[in-house]
Amino acid sequence: MATAVQTADRSGTSPHNELQSWLEAFTDAEREAPGRALPWLRHLRENAFARFCEAGFPTTRDEDWRFTNVSGIARTAFRAAGVAKIAKADAAPWIVEGAAARLVFVNGRFARNLSALKSLPQGVTVASLREQIEKHPETLEKHLARYADTRRDPFVALNTAFLSDGAYVHVARGVVVEAPIFLLYLSTQENAPTMTHPRNLIVAENESQVTVVEDYVSVGAPAHPFRDETADKGGAPIFSNAVTELVAGENTVAQHYLIEREHLKAYNVSTLRIEQGRSANVGSHSLLLGGGLVRNNVHPVLAGEGGECLINGLFLGTGRQHLDNYMHVEHAAPHCGSRQFYNGILDGHTHGVFHGRIVVHKAAQKTDAKQTNRNLLLSDDAQIDTKPQLEIYADDVKCTHGATIGQIEENALFYLQSRGISEAEARKLLLMAFAEECVERMHAGAAREHVEQLIREHLLFMESVPQIATGTVTERNWTEQG
Amino acid sequence: MSLLEIKNLHVTVGGQEILKGIDLTVNAGEVHSIMGPNGSGKSTLAQVLARRDAYTVTEGSITLDGKDLLAMKPEEAACEGVFLAFQYPVEIPGIGNTYFLRSALNAQRKHRGLDEMDAMDFLPLFREKLRLLEMDDKLMNRSLNEGFSGGEKKRNEILQMAVLEPRLAILDETDSGLDIDALRIVANGVNSLRSPDRAMVVVTHYQRLLNYIVPDFVHVLVDGRIVLSGGKELALELEEKGYAWTEAETVGVRA
Repeated sequence: MATAVQTADRSGTSPHNELQSWLEAFTDAEREAPGRALPWLRHLRENAFARFCEAGFPTTRDEDWRFTNVSGIARTAFRAAGVAKIAKADAAPWIVEGAAARLVFVNGRFARNLSALKSLPQGVTVASLREQIEKHPETLEKHLARYADTRRDPFVALNTAFLSDGAYVHVARGVVVEAPIFLLYLSTQENAPTMTHPRNLIVAENESQVTVVEDYVSVGAPAHPFRDETADKGGAPIFSNAVTELVAGENTVAQHYLIEREHLKAYNVSTLRIEQGRSANVGSHSLLLGGGLVRNNVHPVLAGEGGECLINGLFLGTGRQHLDNYMHVEHAAPHCGSRQFYNGILDGHTHGVFHGRIVVHKAAQKTDAKQTNRNLLLSDDAQIDTKPQLEIYADDVKCTHGATIGQIEENALFYLQSRGISEAEARKLLLMAFAEECVERMHAGAAREHVEQLIREHLLFMESVPQIATGTVTERNWTEQG
Repeated sequence: MSLLEIKNLHVTVGGQEILKGIDLTVNAGEVHSIMGPNGSGKSTLAQVLARRDAYTVTEGSITLDGKDLLAMKPEEAACEGVFLAFQYPVEIPGIGNTYFLRSALNAQRKHRGLDEMDAMDFLPLFREKLRLLEMDDKLMNRSLNEGFSGGEKKRNEILQMAVLEPRLAILDETDSGLDIDALRIVANGVNSLRSPDRAMVVVTHYQRLLNYIVPDFVHVLVDGRIVLSGGKELALELEEKGYAWTEAETVGVRA
């Protein structure tokens, strides 16, 4: 299995060497970075890097990282991923139809040949962040890096220090973009450890509507990297550290999807920072399928009155994957509602984490915050840590949280089988039904269809791997025949 | 050859013996009722026939049309024509009633070498059976048994049976908790499925159901053994005298 996700001791490399290596990487990156002549941007990067050097990588002694050990990232000398070109035909399996626009990034860099920007309605700008910095930096200064806090999270600091490319989406006031905007991040198989720091800025002006899908995949591996054992053997680890700032103006409707389906040697850390204006209605949907070690941070701030935020997620783990979901929902204004729903299905030796933090500030009276985390463990060795954390400073609020951990119900399985449905098919139906709870919270359309298709395929795959069918599954096998 | 043949069946659950040597022969076209007090092993017998794996068969045999039923998984038994109407039908959120039933029917058709039915072919058949059970088709758009009343769940069991057309139907306390109208509808559904090449085993605690589904044979199960067998009049006798009486009668099995 991937050493990537194994617990590692930190004795091998001294912190000094680690920093030296990061300093070199930063110096290299700065030479190539767009907008070097812009003082505000230069300061942003330099301050962020200083901040990262000061803080270093978190350890499991940090409360926010208690369940996730990132020493594997800290110990690896990642270099910026090289420029790679992917032919259209090779990218085809990852292309989703029905998009309003598509931006494709290969190893973190915008790939014009694979992108599609033609059919956008008026009032919508979709561009590579690098080009936007070079051509219209004045459009960025107001929002870029104003929300994702480098002091709060060293990974955000690192991303900001290496900020160079990603997606820029701007939807003008009152404009409705019906079809989703797809952002596809392809990473190629390299011989040395490589890293990317995608940086996305999505600005939905007042009364606009937009859906953005971020899809992280590895190429050079088959469509299902997990299916192929060689995905583990060959190639070097990759580290993807993305930050997305989503600014939802007053009365906007914005949907964001994160799909992680990289191979098992990938470290994937992503942070979605949402800033919601008055009466904004935002949905965040996460689907974690791939990656060896994944940390999914979702941090909405309900900053205007009457905002609604849905934080919806599904994580499916096999093998030795480590899938960590860190939710940080901040209520900063009155009369806002937030609903968190995360479902996990964990098999093999996987470790899942759900950390649901809700902070209700003093001004946020009449807050209605809800949190539900439901988990299915399919093997004896799968593990879930679920932790609610409520910090309430207002006195007239409603906050509820709940978590469940269970297995496939033998009753339900037997009921389906007793009607002639095979055990494998019955298990698949039950898992799909569990996953479907998350799908049903998504708006109808191309994004939802894409997600649903991926879930179906993945569950089929999970159920087709015999070696992960251990533990409780064995108990259900047919042994008593007399 | 008999449709169902149970010989000297011993079954344990968690090390405790529940069935202590059951012999039962059921021929096609017959309706057998199994009656008995709580904890006598009625439901265990029903579940073993449907091949639930929570039970350990320590001795004996069961054949269905001469095939070894004990070697079958639940889905295989179902495909061979065994149907269990559950005492407590399971609610399964997220799986639609109609979708589930069509999947089940197609799994069985596939096993029998028949073509699968698409939604268009399935619908008329389904509608007809819904009418038989006087069920609202709006119910069918919901998840499997989710939010159904007790009576709706039991009717849904018989609806499934009507669609799947089993060779051997086992009804496990299908009458429990039903009001008289629902009981009549359920019994009507069951009776419409009586046929010369289908057998039924009706497990019940109360005689009431047998006024509507008239059995050919009645067996009394007490403490894991069939202590008395007879015709339909035995049920009435039981209703009158209670189960305690049967224990004294054990010596004189009358069928």
